[in-house]
Amino acid sequence: MSYLLNPEVIINQIINGLTIGGIYALMALGYTLVYGILFMINFAHGEIFMFGSFGGFAALTYFVNSGFADAHPGFSIIIAFLVAMIISSVLGALLERIAYRPLRNAPRLAPLISAIGASIFLQNVMMLIIKARMQVYPDIIPEKFIEIGGVSISYFQIFIILGSIFLMVGLYLFIQKTKTGKAMRAVAEDREAASLMGIDVNRIILTTFVIGSALAGAAGVMVGIYYTQINHMMGFIPGIKAFTAAVLGGIGNVAGAMLGGFFLGLAEAFGVLFMPAEYKDVIAFGLLVLVLIFRPRGILGEVVSERT
Amino acid sequence: MSQGQPLLDIQDIHTYYGNIHALKGLSLVVNEGEIVTLIGSNGAGKSTMLKTVSGVLKSREGRISFAGTRIDNLAPHKIVRIGISQVPEGRKIFSHLTITENLEMGAFVRNDTSRIRTDNEGVFDLFPRLKDRQQQIAGTLSGGEQQMLAIARALMARPRLLLLDEPSMGLAPLLVEAIFDTIIRINREGTTTLLVEQNALMAFQIATRGYVIQTGRIVLEDRTENLSENEMVQNLYLGVDME
Ligand SMILES: Nc1ncnc2c1ncn2[C@@H]1O[C@H](COP(=O)(O)OP(=O)(O)OP(=O)(O)O)[C@@H](O)[C@H]1O
Ligand SMILES: [Mg+2]
Repeated sequence: MSYLLNPEVIINQIINGLTIGGIYALMALGYTLVYGILFMINFAHGEIFMFGSFGGFAALTYFVNSGFADAHPGFSIIIAFLVAMIISSVLGALLERIAYRPLRNAPRLAPLISAIGASIFLQNVMMLIIKARMQVYPDIIPEKFIEIGGVSISYFQIFIILGSIFLMVGLYLFIQKTKTGKAMRAVAEDREAASLMGIDVNRIILTTFVIGSALAGAAGVMVGIYYTQINHMMGFIPGIKAFTAAVLGGIGNVAGAMLGGFFLGLAEAFGVLFMPAEYKDVIAFGLLVLVLIFRPRGILGEVVSERT
Repeated sequence: MSQGQPLLDIQDIHTYYGNIHALKGLSLVVNEGEIVTLIGSNGAGKSTMLKTVSGVLKSREGRISFAGTRIDNLAPHKIVRIGISQVPEGRKIFSHLTITENLEMGAFVRNDTSRIRTDNEGVFDLFPRLKDRQQQIAGTLSGGEQQMLAIARALMARPRLLLLDEPSMGLAPLLVEAIFDTIIRINREGTTTLLVEQNALMAFQIATRGYVIQTGRIVLEDRTENLSENEMVQNLYLGVDME
């Protein structure tokens, strides 16, 4: 076990953990934003992520085949992200309108069942589109590494870590500084009082779904670039892990979801040093069980806790 | 205060909670420029009436008009847009937001940035205690300060009609007096006011006309000086206060 003390190994695992953690964090934000405002777990969030990943895949494939990507690789990637985020946003908005809004005042189990139904439906739609075959992301970012003191970090990783942090800072500023962001917080705290301020509560809820979904779409492209292979089932495990991250950070708590994502990513990266890689998923679900038993409000605690 | 045109005209509304018939044909008029008070004991239907006016609850029958147009089918946020703001029962301030952010939410329907800033100064004039605490999280304010914030927040929408649901509740007498003085000041500056109260003694001092509600119906309506003389009102709503 002496290699565990090797600083290069440690730094490497930190980088790996931050990469995957950033992706979890982006997805966890979607769960937490929706929960914060509706007290509902959007179990179709993994499929929103999956559709975004395929949207980015379609855009990148098109750019590579048309030769556009050779001339403008950076631009192609940005467009692919935008396409993914738009597709995921539209899907999130549709889900809210069709699957959740009609059940807004129904017992809490109803929207949950609706979400699971939507999730299965969306998986099957994508399965039909891709004929159940694994798709391979075109490699557009060159698989290069930078060496820093014996540690090699891939361009992908730097890109994902910086990209996820960039989006999270953007989200944070949006929620804290803009009028719509403040209205989101007001609606999360008290829907009726918010409506008495002239806030269109339905519009804010829709906006919340759109934003959370866009972040999931971006995460979908990151996963595609990082792991290269995608399929219609790809949303399931990351979905549950991101949910775990959201619970870890205290569901409903935006900063908590970010922290929870990175924490889970790091826990997995270091966990595989101690156990066979096949058991990696056990770490996330073990943590979920432990947190739910011992600290159900998460590390930072639920911010919106007045109403149940 | 001279009486103008009817600004709020409530005719025969019936509001239900499931099967519970909470408002049973209630009618009430507030004229432009007035302070009107609605008094009644616990559970009489006062808050239900204000919620129905604000569109949070829908009446099954009857009609509500504001400045001549029907509003009983509008969503709550649209009712704020046309000029009705409510200070709800129990304040309902956004406790995780700062004072400044609460006031910004009050002005949510407006886009006239420079006049919003002037009005912000205006409400700080009314409630200097809020000015010193602008960046404080609203949940940490005292009960009285929270009531001030709730009123200030509603004023930020520049309403033509202000609905107040028991603003004196839970406040020390001195503070109640200060709040009521402010209501008079707001009214003099042109805001028509409908004041819901259990504290009839105070309410009658500032309102020109009053209504008495019992189990979802208006049972009395008169100028407040006449209501103060009314035996039933004295027994039911003033007796406790004068003990
Ligand atoms: N959410 C609700 N569900 C069912 N019944 C309700 C609900 N809210 C109020 N009621 C009932 O409607 C009636 C009127 O209540 P309302 O809150 O309007 O009274 P109020 O006059 O404002 O009383 P208070 O002075 O105590 O605030 C009461 O009988 C109350 O029990
Ligand atoms: Mg009440």
